[in-house]
Formats: sequence, structure tokens, C-alpha cells
Amino acid sequence: MSAASILVITRSAPYGSSAARDALDVALTCSVFEQPVSLLFLDDAVFQLLKGQSPGGIGQKNLNAVQQSLPLYDIDRLYVGARALAERGLHASDLILPVQTIDEAELASLLADHTTVLSV
Amino acid sequence: MIFSIIVQAPPVQAQGAETALRFARAVLAAGHRIHRVFFYRDGVHNGTALTCTPQDENSIPAQWQALAAEHDLDLVVCIAAAVRRGLIDESEAGRYGHRHWNLADGFELSGLGQLVEACLTSDRVVTFGGRS
Amino acid sequence: MILHTLNQPPANAACFERCREAMSSDDTLLLIEDGVYWALPAFAARLESLSGRVKVLAADAAARGVDLPAAHCIDDQAFVALCVSHDKVVSWF
Repeated sequence: MSAASILVITRSAPYGSSAARDALDVALTCSVFEQPVSLLFLDDAVFQLLKGQSPGGIGQKNLNAVQQSLPLYDIDRLYVGARALAERGLHASDLILPVQTIDEAELASLLADHTTVLSV
Repeated sequence: MIFSIIVQAPPVQAQGAETALRFARAVLAAGHRIHRVFFYRDGVHNGTALTCTPQDENSIPAQWQALAAEHDLDLVVCIAAAVRRGLIDESEAGRYGHRHWNLADGFELSGLGQLVEACLTSDRVVTFGGRS
Repeated sequence: MILHTLNQPPANAACFERCREAMSSDDTLLLIEDGVYWALPAFAARLESLSGRVKVLAADAAARGVDLPAAHCIDDQAFVALCVSHDKVVSWF
């Protein structure tokens, strides 16, 4: 981990509020300003990463499209709560991007490893 | 020590804006510096000039203005979040062809880069959220 | 050392549980706004693993009629002091 790094935590499901998009925008901005950034998806935020989203019918832009651009911005440290997935009957293979699953014991060290932690 | 404060809570509907104000006062009272207060998501509504507050209540935007005037604070409202919610300054009104604008004096519209810069510049970053 | 703030009421138990799981043994939890209700005796068992490391913002507890031992309650100045004495602040909401 570099000297300064930002961890963005998101806990909200997509589309029902702007939280998912707003968290992504913070991460993308970090990347534009060449700051190392990681994204942590907890609780219902794991739904943000589900494949096959099609929000045209509710007048919203597809989050999957933005998510697929994350590697182009060098945002590849994506962490997902292992229990959040399991509780929702999901597997990493259901998600649009490769992620690292972390358990509760790893959560504290993830926070400790970053200079700044931003909740959105 | 240098602090920055991120406000995601709107005034009135959530308590977070008022908590952030009290925190900001306490930071300054302790002799620390506030590098920036950044308003994001519904927190941008803290920057409106058009609140009409009952006489026995305190206007949150007016309190930010007073604190900023006294301590020369940098109050930055996320421009992308603000224009979507109808919070614009004179320059954005011109850009989008609106005849009115409503950003309160003492606040400034700018990009999320100001949030990232605040994280790099500050010893502590403290976020006050609403929910959702 | 991290200072965690939590502003969600007991109905939002997931928020509290993530916060609790994220805490290291030298972290501190500050309950603010609706989060102060977690300090009621009814939830003591869930805070047991955090014993001695939970503070409550006094103004928020007083506002809600939540009567707590004075030792747990801190004012805004002490909130700032906790921010200084910890490496960073993580907000749960």
C-alpha cells in the first residue's frame, strides 16, 4: 500500500438511491488525480456488482458499464464482504468484476491499511 | 492539526448537518485548522441561499456562512451533485440558461477533486452522513 | 487506532454490526445522533466486546432523554480530542 491511499466504503444497494453511483464517482475522481483508491462493498452494496443489470426501464444509467471501466482507471482493488455475499445467496462468479472477498477478521486490517476512509 | 469535514447530510431532514456544524466549531475552538468543508450528495442543500427558517429555529446555511466569514473557511459544494439538484451559482445559471441562481454567498461550486485534495492535505477527514 | 462514529438507531443493526466487526482492539466507537440508543441497557450484550471503548455524544443523548452514566458521555470538544488521538475517523451511517 502506498503512502497515501483512500478506501471508499459503500453499503447501499444500487438504483434505489444514488449512493452506488456517488461512491463510484469518488473512486473515479481519486484515480483521475492519480491517488491510489480501493473500494469496499459491504451489506447490500454487493448487489451493485451483480451482472445483468438493465435499468433502462427506470430511467437510469447502467452501473455495470461504469464498473467495467474501473480497470481502465487502475481501480482494481475491489473488496467484498464474504458474509454479505453468502447471506444474499450470491457467489463471486455472479459479479461483474473480479473481487477479493474478505471476512470480518480482515475488515479491521483493511481499514488500517488506508490513510483515509470515506463512507458514501 | 488540519481537519477537513465532509457533509453528506442535508439540513432539516437529517441531523448530520447540524452535528457537522457543532463539530466544526469545536475543531476551531480547540485551535485546529479546517482546510475545507466539502458538501456532497444531498449535503449540497446546505449551500442554498433561499431557506426561510421560522424565527425560533436556526438556519443551517446561515450558520455555515457566519462560521465561514468568521474563520475564513473554504466551503465547497460538489458541482455535479449541486447542479443536478437545482443548486447553482450565477456562472452555472449562465451556462444552463437559467434566469435565477441560489448558491449562498460564502459557498463555492467545485469538483470532486476538491474532496480528494482535502484528503491528501488534511491530517483528519471526518464525514457526517445522512442515510441512503 | 481508529475512531468510529455511528449515527444509526437499533433498527439499522447491520450498520452497527459492520462497525463492530471493523473495530480493532485499540479502536474507539463514538455513538452520535440516533446511534446513542445503542448505549441503552437493552443492547448491552452487543456492546460487551467493546467494553470501555464506547463513548456517547452527550448532547445527542440528552436531546433524546437517554440517561447514561456520565463516564460514557463526552462533549463536542472531547469528540475533537478523540479525532486527534486516533489515526483516522471512519463514519458509519
